[in-house]
Amino acid sequence: MTEHRPASIEAQGLVREFKKGPRAVDGIDLYVAPGEIYGFLGPNGAGKSTTVLMLTTLLPPTAGTARVAGYDVVAQGPDVRRSIGAALQEAALDPFLTGRDHMRLQTAMHGFSKAERQKRGDELLERVGLIEAADRKVGGYSGGMKRRLDLALALVHSPPILFLDEPTTGLDIQSRTALWEEVSRLASDDGVTVFLTTQYLEEADVLADRVGIIDHGLLVAEGKPSALKAEIGLPTLEAIPRDHADRERMAEVLLRFGERAGTSAKGVSVRLSGGDSDLAGVVRALDAENIAVENLHLHAPSLDDVFLAKTGRSLEGAGEEEEEAGEPEAVPA
Amino acid sequence: MTATAVTQVSQVARRSALRTFRQPAQVIPSLVFPLMLLAINASGLQRVTQLPGFPTNSFVTFALAIPFLQGALFGVINSGTDMARDIETGFLNRLALTPLRGSALLVGLLTGSLILGLVQAVAFLIVGAAVGAHFAAGFAGVLVLVALSMLITLGFGALGLVVALRTGSGEAVQGMFPVFFVFLFLSSMSLPRNLIQTDWFRTVATYNPVSYLIEGIRSLLVTGWDAEALALGFGIAAAIAVIALFLASVSLKSRLVRT
Repeated sequence: MTEHRPASIEAQGLVREFKKGPRAVDGIDLYVAPGEIYGFLGPNGAGKSTTVLMLTTLLPPTAGTARVAGYDVVAQGPDVRRSIGAALQEAALDPFLTGRDHMRLQTAMHGFSKAERQKRGDELLERVGLIEAADRKVGGYSGGMKRRLDLALALVHSPPILFLDEPTTGLDIQSRTALWEEVSRLASDDGVTVFLTTQYLEEADVLADRVGIIDHGLLVAEGKPSALKAEIGLPTLEAIPRDHADRERMAEVLLRFGERAGTSAKGVSVRLSGGDSDLAGVVRALDAENIAVENLHLHAPSLDDVFLAKTGRSLEGAGEEEEEAGEPEAVPA
Repeated sequence: MTATAVTQVSQVARRSALRTFRQPAQVIPSLVFPLMLLAINASGLQRVTQLPGFPTNSFVTFALAIPFLQGALFGVINSGTDMARDIETGFLNRLALTPLRGSALLVGLLTGSLILGLVQAVAFLIVGAAVGAHFAAGFAGVLVLVALSMLITLGFGALGLVVALRTGSGEAVQGMFPVFFVFLFLSSMSLPRNLIQTDWFRTVATYNPVSYLIEGIRSLLVTGWDAEALALGFGIAAAIAVIALFLASVSLKSRLVRT
């Protein structure tokens, strides 16, 4: 970690336990510098939302400490809340109110005068491209529009720190890209610190200055996306046999060229110890063993490889595995 | 910047009223259902007035008190389901992240319920007058009737909030409706207590606080100024409101776990 500047967000040994449940967050340390976009990446049920709820004062930690904007999240909750904006999981909007009604309520709660309420509301609706739809009921908004309104509401009091909990989940690529642009602009132009949780690798890769990877409540890796990928270094080859019965034999062949890089449902993944040049050797060896190949995929290290290397599982399948195993995301009662 | 309590209450109330009046499915049944029951009762039970000791010869005047209680029951459902929905959707968390005071949230939501309650009360009075109900206590009595009706709506609305805050479930709030209706039917809703012939029913109606709420309202329509009925009506309504508000405030504190 590079704790030279005073942190916007800082946590030590943060823990949250729920009754009769596992430790949703199991002692994580965090440091987020001012103006940084920090991507908190992990599968469903990893503890991302629970961490956000603790950092936004909506859930007291079981153990550990956290400071946001220099204020203790337990002892100085109101100060923390004054310093943050948050768009939590699922846009929490009232379908019977219009976009402008929402802005009016939010600006009023933050103490804007009557004259300022409309000005600030319209300014933000304009900024997120919703001024035309301002007088329509939110129930008729698309998912992307709701997320943009959610973001605008979080920005009403110009907070220096913004928490976005899976802001693009369920959005189409166009809406996702538009939101990414707005978040980037907030950090680069306005110096807002952004703590963003996501289960999308691409989102963390594109947006985040630094990434923390969380799994089963533990921070398993942290750093710049490029540095994390460089740490993994070697390319991964994923091979899928035409006949599923050949999977074990295929694994034996591939393991001659490197170490296993986790499991996949249909095929075998290995990290090629000789780099890209091993590919030809792999093809020849599979052919010599008479193993028909359905698909071969060589790919440069990604954040998923980082997750794979640290946890032995692929991020894209991990959430489903945990849901099947009955470990839903813990939320406050 | 910190919003004043008045601003917070008025904005929460405005939102509560807006969302209610933008859902005809919430407003119309709360007006139509009690009036429909009134029409059925008044048309079928007029002959009850011939019972010796019945306090009026107009059954519609006697029965007009009932819609005010039924309207308040809809207040339970409306305030409770609105709160439960806010919990389920995370809107409560959004509000919790603003400097909104818990007390302002409760008062604001209940003010919204009261606005609907006022609309209901006016509608019941207009329809009552149109079908020939008497107002024995005159215009001042109508104002007192509306005040008592508002107090009842406040207490019942707060009970709806308690259930919503405790359970976080709209279904649980809806499930309260039949329970409240049982209280209504086991009261002096259809007959004065002294004319109820069945002993157990009369006993239950005597211990049922809803009887005194109805009798308070009814006294203004049928009798005129009855100090005892009004004191009991206002006293019990106030007690329900105070207890329910206290429970709602405690429940809100445990629901809003913000530090």
